[in-house]
Amino acid sequence: MKRYETVIGLEVHTQLLTETKAFCGCRAKFGLPPNSSTCPVCLGLPGALPVLNEKAFRFALKAALALDCEIQKLIKFDRKNYYYPDLPKNFQISQYDLPFAFRGHLEIENKGVRKEIGITRVHLEEDAGKLIHTREAQASYVDLNRAGTPLLEIVSEPDIRSPEEASLYLENLKAILEYIEVSDCNMEEGSLRCDANISVRPEGERSLGVKAELKNMNSFKAVRDALAYESERQIELLKKRKKVVQETRLWNEKKRITISMRVKEESHDYRYFPEPDLIPFVASDEEIEKIRHTIPELPKAKKKRFASEYSLGEYDATGLTRDADIANFFEKTVKILNSPKEIANWLLGDITSALNERHVAIGKTRVTPAHLAGLIKLIQQKEITGSAAKQVLIDVFDSGGDPEEIVRRKGLGQIKDSGELVSIVREVLRENEKSATDYKNGKTNAIMFLVGQVMKKSKGKADPGKANKILKERLENEK
Amino acid sequence: MAKRKIIDEKMTRNVARLSRIALSDREVTKYKKQLESILEYIRKIDLVDSKDIPPTNHPLENLKNVFRKDVARKSLTPEEALKNAPDRKGDFFRVPRIIG
Repeated sequence: MKRYETVIGLEVHTQLLTETKAFCGCRAKFGLPPNSSTCPVCLGLPGALPVLNEKAFRFALKAALALDCEIQKLIKFDRKNYYYPDLPKNFQISQYDLPFAFRGHLEIENKGVRKEIGITRVHLEEDAGKLIHTREAQASYVDLNRAGTPLLEIVSEPDIRSPEEASLYLENLKAILEYIEVSDCNMEEGSLRCDANISVRPEGERSLGVKAELKNMNSFKAVRDALAYESERQIELLKKRKKVVQETRLWNEKKRITISMRVKEESHDYRYFPEPDLIPFVASDEEIEKIRHTIPELPKAKKKRFASEYSLGEYDATGLTRDADIANFFEKTVKILNSPKEIANWLLGDITSALNERHVAIGKTRVTPAHLAGLIKLIQQKEITGSAAKQVLIDVFDSGGDPEEIVRRKGLGQIKDSGELVSIVREVLRENEKSATDYKNGKTNAIMFLVGQVMKKSKGKADPGKANKILKERLENEK
Repeated sequence: MAKRKIIDEKMTRNVARLSRIALSDREVTKYKKQLESILEYIRKIDLVDSKDIPPTNHPLENLKNVFRKDVARKSLTPEEALKNAPDRKGDFFRVPRIIG
């Protein structure tokens, strides 16, 4: 049985977090009213001249440096010519042979195995406008607010060998871009987009197979699913001794398949030539060094430091450093209360769930490191139980209140009076005779159910350890 | 240097197609000649040995790094932006349907 290998290269476009567009002073903001952020430059009106946004230039250099790239001595822009209604000038200002940088790399870790993925190049270009397809069959609508916003294109080498590796590459790339604060990488708003080149070949074969270019993948999951489907499709073709056709295919999220776009290859002639309206750019060594110094500790280094400095395991260190905000939150909390493991548990457990439920980033909530430290301290001092703490956390999320104050207001303090606990246990045993009998008959697991009932009755205020002890004493005595 | 024909009829038609310009057969002949004579003129540069000369990326050789600050300026109003549009729908440009 012949085995096949999948070869993947990714092309990522990420919108740079500038105030204005790449070549004009129009605002580059998502969600503005249609066609309210345009000017003669981004509309391509005759005589208008582009001037490069200094911040976009510096952001592109910063990203290239964070990806270990070699910065070009001379950087120039070129025109990529094609006709499409979302491209008002009929050419896109992009970069052809002298982009910002070449030859970078990014490390991924798949099931404990480290691997370097090469970065071919990093270049800056302008985005196109947005086409809106409505129910009106004969027409499309065009909003040119996005036309001219700065996009960074990051092209990987065909070093990726599986959909999982592709997903890890994207996660790591996103984390780096977020850490260096050049993009918010919001896939839903389109500020991070990914196209893929994928081919398959018999294992051991050196030359590349015929590739397909995949587009229209709007989430990490879609990238993974589309690549898995396409790899399977190509392998099936080869097994049947059929040929893979070089073409662009679109991922159809509903049908969960890739569909050929049937574009004639000859129509791809972009007739690149130097953009005469922009003069070339040179980044001095001094400027490069200055930008290098603004790059913060990146995820890989931070993860390593977290593992050693706070004695955290692989899972915690990875989870905490995936998002710069979470990592900062963690370190601020540790400074207040030196209990890294507990803080990690809360951040990666209940807090992450609460954030996901609310579709919100930690910076946008009312929870502070002082809150979390306070909450954990209350548990450590046995003022509240872990289960009550979960309720307090939800309250802090929504009210921004002080944990101690919430405990008092809601009466969530741990039951310290053993008389009170004994009477709850007595009630629970009376109401759950069957479980009590089960336990006495040797089904010792029944105790867990009974402890659960005590927790429920006490609204989470009972110490589960103590409840367990009292229950056992009572049941043993009654045997 | 031997003369090579760069522009033939097929090339003329392809360039016209890429530029979305419909040409009649007569026009193809006419523009083929014009394009040829332009390239013929440019080809004089082949007379010079340019092997060791780096390509000129821009005629203003000594000018580099012209930037603007990342500061917002007033944009056109949607009304102004749409003023020259042959067709509109609300504040959108309206164009023939594009598939894909």
